[in-house]
Amino acid sequence: MRNSKISKIRWSFIIFFIPVFLWLFLLIVLPHLELLRMSFLGKSGFTFKNYSAFFTEPIYWLTFVRTALYSILVTFIVLIIALPISFFITKVVNLRIQGVLSVLLLVPFWVSELIRVYGWMILLRESGVLNHFLVGIGLFKQPTEMLYNDITMIMGLVYTSMLFMIIPIIGVMESLDDALIEAAYDLGAKKMAIWREIIIPYSMPGIMSGSIIVFMLVLGSYLTPKLMGGKNSLWFTEQIYNQIITYFNWNQGAAFGFLLLALSSVIIWVALKLTKQDFRKVVK
Amino acid sequence: MKIALSVKDISKKFGNFTAVDNISFDVEDGKFFSILGPSGCGKTTLLRMIAGFLQPTTGTVEIGGKNMLGIEANKRPVNLIFQNLALFPMMNVYNNIAFGLRRRGEKGKSVEEKVNSMLGRVGLPDYGLKKINQLSGGQKQRVAIARSLVLEPSALLLDEPLGALDAKLREHMKIELKKLQVEVGTTFVYITHDQSEAMVMSDYVAVMNAGHFEQLDTPQHLYANPSSAFVAQFVGKNNKFIAKQRKDEKGNFFAETVDGQRFKIGRPIDLKKDDNFIELYVRPEAVIINPKIGKENLNILNVTVKAILFDGANSKLLVVPEKSEQELIVSLPQNKQFDYIKARDKIKIGWDPEAVVCFNKTDGKIYEEL
Repeated sequence: MRNSKISKIRWSFIIFFIPVFLWLFLLIVLPHLELLRMSFLGKSGFTFKNYSAFFTEPIYWLTFVRTALYSILVTFIVLIIALPISFFITKVVNLRIQGVLSVLLLVPFWVSELIRVYGWMILLRESGVLNHFLVGIGLFKQPTEMLYNDITMIMGLVYTSMLFMIIPIIGVMESLDDALIEAAYDLGAKKMAIWREIIIPYSMPGIMSGSIIVFMLVLGSYLTPKLMGGKNSLWFTEQIYNQIITYFNWNQGAAFGFLLLALSSVIIWVALKLTKQDFRKVVK
Repeated sequence: MKIALSVKDISKKFGNFTAVDNISFDVEDGKFFSILGPSGCGKTTLLRMIAGFLQPTTGTVEIGGKNMLGIEANKRPVNLIFQNLALFPMMNVYNNIAFGLRRRGEKGKSVEEKVNSMLGRVGLPDYGLKKINQLSGGQKQRVAIARSLVLEPSALLLDEPLGALDAKLREHMKIELKKLQVEVGTTFVYITHDQSEAMVMSDYVAVMNAGHFEQLDTPQHLYANPSSAFVAQFVGKNNKFIAKQRKDEKGNFFAETVDGQRFKIGRPIDLKKDDNFIELYVRPEAVIINPKIGKENLNILNVTVKAILFDGANSKLLVVPEKSEQELIVSLPQNKQFDYIKARDKIKIGWDPEAVVCFNKTDGKIYEEL
């Protein structure tokens, strides 16, 4: 009797677990193990050369640091824009407009990232809409190239990742009781103090999960930096692409891939420690 | 006596709807003042205007003798206790109470001393480091009050803070709140739809209906001498008769109900309409069961007991007079004197004509029965 009951529970567990396990193991763990193995292989077997090349060639680690710093910067810019927008959508407008605004946020994501980036290029390039307009009203004497610099690239990254910050923050802010804000106000708090002491601490789980998603998306993004950043705005993913596709050096590319993975893990860990957030809570 | 809060000719309109209609009142320093009214009567709007969350359409609010016109809620010397208390869940008890002090720029020792002494005063001395979700309903209540009282407001405004508690705790907190108010001596302005809360705790009660005050009085006076039919119905239980006021040959006034019964009335009223219709109100405890013969002046009714509504000290009899459908409620003292009364018994009831209050008949329902 007892045995049959236990085996029954195990079967149902296994049935549900197998797809998850296969997905994780075959598509994520296995390729990564192979990449890890390759990252330690050279022409003559086992070597640390692929990793040491990263530290000896300044272009590699400079791109790496640049990518990390810009990703953090983009995450901050996205957060600073997303907070008031989320607050406006959840607390200021009425319920009907709230739905309309949420749909408006989603609409751009029905178009592929490539098309969206091309859209920006049509607007910003030398013969683009914005230049025509500015020259037309006489603000510019002649068209200027607005694409292919760091500022444009950051703007593009902020634009493409905004939604992934707003949605988790809206999720938490919706459960924020208006009375808490009124109570803080009643107890003498000014607007900035209400943001600092009530709204941001309350929204912290949403802010952190949004920041992790945005940070990882930006760190690993390829299309936007490649198309909008131009020659001088190298992104670390482009280095990986170059190694694997251009030079057929899979071993070097794999090593870079693992360095990027280590980087994102360390930065997220530090961010969670600094804000005293529990990873389990943030993921939930 | 010093006036803590003075409201003059205050009105609030939302579009065409008048939520608060020309109300004036003063609250003396250190008093427990209640505003009692059914839901939707405008009492929350009135309180929010005093707190500064709403601007009155017309009229002024003075707190401690100073006009509050144009002063925002975060600068007013009054604090509001919210219906759901609105404690900050991301802070512990200590930081909740210290919140207002820190916003004033107070730091270090003085904050610590004030918070700890306040925790002691509300009976939660070692609770500073507890999280809000670790507290019971009654403890949360006390933290919310402490959070406001630590700022030493001129008046504490309370928006039905007992509404969310269960019945047993509510009874307990009523007494706690009253004791706390006497102890700290702060002026409390309390709004509620529960007449028992208002009666038990208050020095003065204002009964509010449809945006205006029906009566402002002490709880005892309010109960004994309601000034309008609304107050008679809303405050405490009452038996209502619709009748015509008449005068007999000797010039004594009497009332004749629609069922044809005649009652003597002690305090006749000035009739406003030609149809002579009035409303009579008799309190259940004013009714005497099987009165002794000889008390000539009583109004006597022969009734049938429909049901015995046993509720300890609040036990009642539900009775129906002869040749009538109207149910009356009679207090049933639990002193074994009336244990012989059973359902379907025929008994006599009587009351002193002086115990009856009469009003001109009002049209329609004056409020939705809760």
